[in-house]
Amino acid sequence: MNREATLTATQTTQAPGASLAWLRSRSRWSVFEIAFWLATLLTFYFFPSYLMLASQIAITALFAISVDLVLGYAGIITLGHAMFFGLGAYAAGLLSAKAGWGEPLTGLLFASALAGLVGFVASFLIVRVQHLALIMVTLGLGLLTYELANALSWLTGGTDGLRGIDTWPILGLFDFDLWGYTAYSYTLATLFLGFLISRRIVNSSFGLALRGVRENVRRMPAIGSAYRGHLRKIYTISAAIAGLSGALLAQTTNTVALEVLSFQRSADVVVMLILGGTGRLYGAILGAIIFLLVRDQLSGINPQYWYFGIGLLLMVVVLFMPRGILGGLARLAGRDQ
Amino acid sequence: MTKNADIVLRTEGLKKSFGSLQVTRDLDLALPAGARYALIGPNGAGKTTLINLITGEMRPDSGRILLEGQDVTRTGTAARVRRGLTRTFQINALFPDLTPLEAVTLAICEREGIAGQFWRSLTAHEQAISEGFEILRQLGLADVATKRTRHLAYGQQRLLEIALALATRPKVLLLDEPAAGVPKDESAMLFRVIEALPEHIAVLFIEHDMDIVFSFASRIIVLVAGAVLMEAEPAEVRDDPRVREVYLGSAHHG
Ligand SMILES: Nc1ncnc2c1ncn2[C@@H]1O[C@H](COP(=O)(O)OP(=O)(O)O)[C@@H](O)[C@H]1O
Ligand SMILES: [Mg+2]
Repeated sequence: MNREATLTATQTTQAPGASLAWLRSRSRWSVFEIAFWLATLLTFYFFPSYLMLASQIAITALFAISVDLVLGYAGIITLGHAMFFGLGAYAAGLLSAKAGWGEPLTGLLFASALAGLVGFVASFLIVRVQHLALIMVTLGLGLLTYELANALSWLTGGTDGLRGIDTWPILGLFDFDLWGYTAYSYTLATLFLGFLISRRIVNSSFGLALRGVRENVRRMPAIGSAYRGHLRKIYTISAAIAGLSGALLAQTTNTVALEVLSFQRSADVVVMLILGGTGRLYGAILGAIIFLLVRDQLSGINPQYWYFGIGLLLMVVVLFMPRGILGGLARLAGRDQ
Repeated sequence: MTKNADIVLRTEGLKKSFGSLQVTRDLDLALPAGARYALIGPNGAGKTTLINLITGEMRPDSGRILLEGQDVTRTGTAARVRRGLTRTFQINALFPDLTPLEAVTLAICEREGIAGQFWRSLTAHEQAISEGFEILRQLGLADVATKRTRHLAYGQQRLLEIALALATRPKVLLLDEPAAGVPKDESAMLFRVIEALPEHIAVLFIEHDMDIVFSFASRIIVLVAGAVLMEAEPAEVRDDPRVREVYLGSAHHG
């Protein structure tokens, strides 16, 4: 590398317009993306008996996207995000079971707003800690919420789960069917909406600031950034999206088990992100697809030890594709310079 | 002595200790607009600590820091930057996975208060992006504007340090050994970039190479063991026997 030349090269041929074009090209829809979303529709025709599984995947993918926003983009490690997923599930579930309001779209909004509100409050604590302490705080908040829901069994149904949820037809037109046509359409549409919102966020100046925090948090104040405000904002948004996905689960299954708040769920979603690749949204989706398909296939063979397969897969990916499967593919395709 | 009104940055009785080690002793400093001051002194004299205190990365034990006459001693680092007090780092503190264009644009967005806008695409901020590119172009970084920072040559990374600081539109610029680790012939070029900075910016730079200090500084502050040994014109500093003894005389490595 000829450093001398670059230091003196104040005359250059590259136009400022080229840099704008370059930034635009990074946020433009690619054929792969369009193809992927079209492919999600194929499930209706080719795998009609898997629609319930597909809607589980869509719900989990949305949850994984919410975690990718904080973990993959802002670099906030979290092991307690099931807290917001569970809050959303209980909020939507209770709205129907206790308040008798089963209209799904308002239920989604209610659950998402509540999870976002709790996320906003929690964010003041989250931005104060880093590293191991951060993991412990998120873990602690998650466990607290789990035990709280357990203790409030008169409200939540405790270990028996919350019953009596009755979700009304979507828009008063589409009733939930046994096969999952409505459930998959509904969860897929919500996933797509959540994805569009997340995509806009990561491609905004705010998304750039989040990557700045992830890349060098110490430098952020030195470029004039009150970055804690950014972190509170993304944590709140992430909690709201996680709540959205939890509400989808409650509405499509008409039950809420205590498991929605479990540590296992918080840990699984991180595993999905590591499998698919962090900081690229599609990694979250791919991770959710792989994780749930592997679980579905392996638990059919051996219901007790299916996690062995996940563990093996995780090790292989971490060793050979440290930036996840999508990260590895991007590198192979040379689209990662 | 410069008139009070011209002073953009002033410190009064600044003190800092690490345990029993006094690293900043009663430091009074005044930087007028348009200054090109050099801060010199042996390793461990407390130069970087002084910058850390002025920018708010460290809290002084006592003393005050005044920016344009206003007390900023208890103001956070980011707020000081937004008021025009910016630094660069002796050891690169960049964003390895961002491109220079993204990093500089980020600094501009923060300055303009638009970095929190999550509903608009980054590319909608065309003015911020073209200003960012212009800064990179001025520093000779246009060709690597869209390359990830971690792939840049070391000298280019040093320039990016300065580019990031310029993007905040500083009134006071504190450069902590901008040429640290850069070969001698290149560091002269780097200082020509610094010399060409807008005149109104008050610049305080730390540098070990005396040839460079004497050719680029209008005034020199000599720091020894946390205290100002002398502050004077380059010629006076050059001829001072104390400076020769404590600094120029000793075999020195930057
Ligand atoms: N955070 C810190 N904690 C303890 N000692 C420090 C710290 N920062 C600097 N020092 C000490 O303060 C003295 C001055 O350091 P520094 O300001 O980096 O000197 P210079 O930049 O002039 O080489 C050194 O002895 C250094 O070891
Ligand atoms: Mg130093």
